[in-house]
Amino acid sequence: MGEPTAAISTDDVAHVARLARIELTSDEIEHYTGHLGRVLEHARELEDLDLDDVPPLAHPYPLRNVFRDDVASSPVDRDEVLSQAPAASGGQFEVPPVLGEEA
Amino acid sequence: MTSAHVIASEVRAGTRRATDVLEEFLGRIETHDGDVHAFNTVSAEQARAAAAAIDASVDEGRDPGPLAGIPVAFKDNLCTRGVATTCSSRMLEGWQPPYDATVVQAMTSAGAVMIGKTNLDEFAMGSSTEHSAFGPTRNPYDLTRVPGGSSGGSAAAVAAGFAPLALGSDTGGSIRQPASLCGIVGIKPTYGRVSRYGLVAFASSFDQIGPFATDVADAALALGVISGHDPADSTSIPAAVPDFAAALARGVEGLRVGVVSELTGSGRNGAANGGPPPGDAAGDMLDGIEADVTERVLEAADALADAGATVGRVSVPAVTYGLTAYYLIAPAEASSNLARYDGTRYGLRVEGADVEEMNRLTRRAGFGDEVKARIMLGTFALSAGYYDAYYGKAQRVRMLTRRDFDAAYADFDVLLSPTSPCVAFRFGERADPMTMYRCDTCTIPSNLSGDPAMSVPFGTGAEDLPVGVQVMAPALGEETMLTVAAALERAAPPLSKPLLAGAAGSARAGS
Repeated sequence: MGEPTAAISTDDVAHVARLARIELTSDEIEHYTGHLGRVLEHARELEDLDLDDVPPLAHPYPLRNVFRDDVASSPVDRDEVLSQAPAASGGQFEVPPVLGEEA
Repeated sequence: MTSAHVIASEVRAGTRRATDVLEEFLGRIETHDGDVHAFNTVSAEQARAAAAAIDASVDEGRDPGPLAGIPVAFKDNLCTRGVATTCSSRMLEGWQPPYDATVVQAMTSAGAVMIGKTNLDEFAMGSSTEHSAFGPTRNPYDLTRVPGGSSGGSAAAVAAGFAPLALGSDTGGSIRQPASLCGIVGIKPTYGRVSRYGLVAFASSFDQIGPFATDVADAALALGVISGHDPADSTSIPAAVPDFAAALARGVEGLRVGVVSELTGSGRNGAANGGPPPGDAAGDMLDGIEADVTERVLEAADALADAGATVGRVSVPAVTYGLTAYYLIAPAEASSNLARYDGTRYGLRVEGADVEEMNRLTRRAGFGDEVKARIMLGTFALSAGYYDAYYGKAQRVRMLTRRDFDAAYADFDVLLSPTSPCVAFRFGERADPMTMYRCDTCTIPSNLSGDPAMSVPFGTGAEDLPVGVQVMAPALGEETMLTVAAALERAAPPLSKPLLAGAAGSARAGS
């Protein structure tokens, strides 16, 4: 597993898995290091391109802010939304403790 | 089987009942979808109520609309109120959206009857539907082969005669490539032509919704219904919707058609009428495009020349780097869009000691292998120290693509290429990620540029499997694109029927 490519290491994958909040086993970290490495190795072909004078394009068309008139419209039904949530109480989404203190 | 526009005109005229039409299609699903697995959900009960309402309108002398009584299948990443919308992911299994996507609203308001929700690669990430958490869809032409993806369920549903129309989404080719592999028509409209409100986001600067149909006229009919500005999607373009049907009858006389050199590599050297490629128009040809496929594209170009178009070859050099740029940008956008699946608001939750552990365990259990890989690839491409080398560079390649297309469209009205480098392949044949990603080589450039593109069946390749020709046009150039597609359809050799008995085969002849 894991070609000797410097494009990405198992430490890098463990790091991005933490950033992306995905729990992985060490075998899975090996697996994704291989997968991501093959893609990133391919991406090295971009190194040959002289792109210094080319500005980046983030979006097909020029984006501008779009505003609507400030009038009330009918929102989605709160109870319908909450009925599809894993846990809800008191008209709100319910989650486990965020800071680890006793609630 | 009749095509969609025939069904609608008969239902509107009162000579055919929407409920009868629906039962015909439900019957075919019942008989054959066990083999094909095009659907995640068949919404028979809701469909029967909707069809009965259409019939009641007709009885009362009211016009149900241009899609009256046409059964339509929606890709399962389009929100349908009260009907499960799963994205073929364990993460959203059973989730019922609290609202309808704008396109769903538009289709049903025009009289269409939702028949079900179709399978896809999980969160639309894939080119074969093999990445669906609920098992793959099989190609109606050969059940041992993939239908393409990610909208493989929608394409297979139309090809198998389960619905005369379907909608899908196209981020890197996810409408056009399955249309090509299943021998039907698929359109990716101009970015912004169709509202994405209610489409579960994958890569927001690429995602676009479009139709599948058995012929160009039906695809144009559906496109007209779903197009138009929507205040609920800030990227939707406030442009008038043309009469797409009128474009079909226009001839191609005088139109300038450019065959993209880089995407027609291994075939004969230059279209017959264009002669050998002149100088720099030769370009660097991409590997991996099957010779049969290239040959069909050149025959399509010849057919357009015979019909009066001016055909030449054109180089669009940046397309050779499109795949690489896309597979950095799209995962980057996906890593952000899919952050919302954290066990709080929708679908799956795996309990943890604190909120962060709940997030990590939920995302571990809810996402499949390919989705995890792309989220992490995108997170990496955006991370400190790598941003400029990967994401930044890819965005500059995106600008190069935009410029190269602009230059090509200065000389040509439309461009031609293969839709897919290959015909439908066998399950498991493209397990290596880069091999799978190369399926999108020809379709990605139009997603990078935001321009419209579509696939039209044009003959067959290896094993008698369908080949699609891609027609590309500049932004908001759908009319010219459809004119050319209709001309190709008239010139195309007839396709053999899919294997399924009594399925879609007669559709082309029936139009």
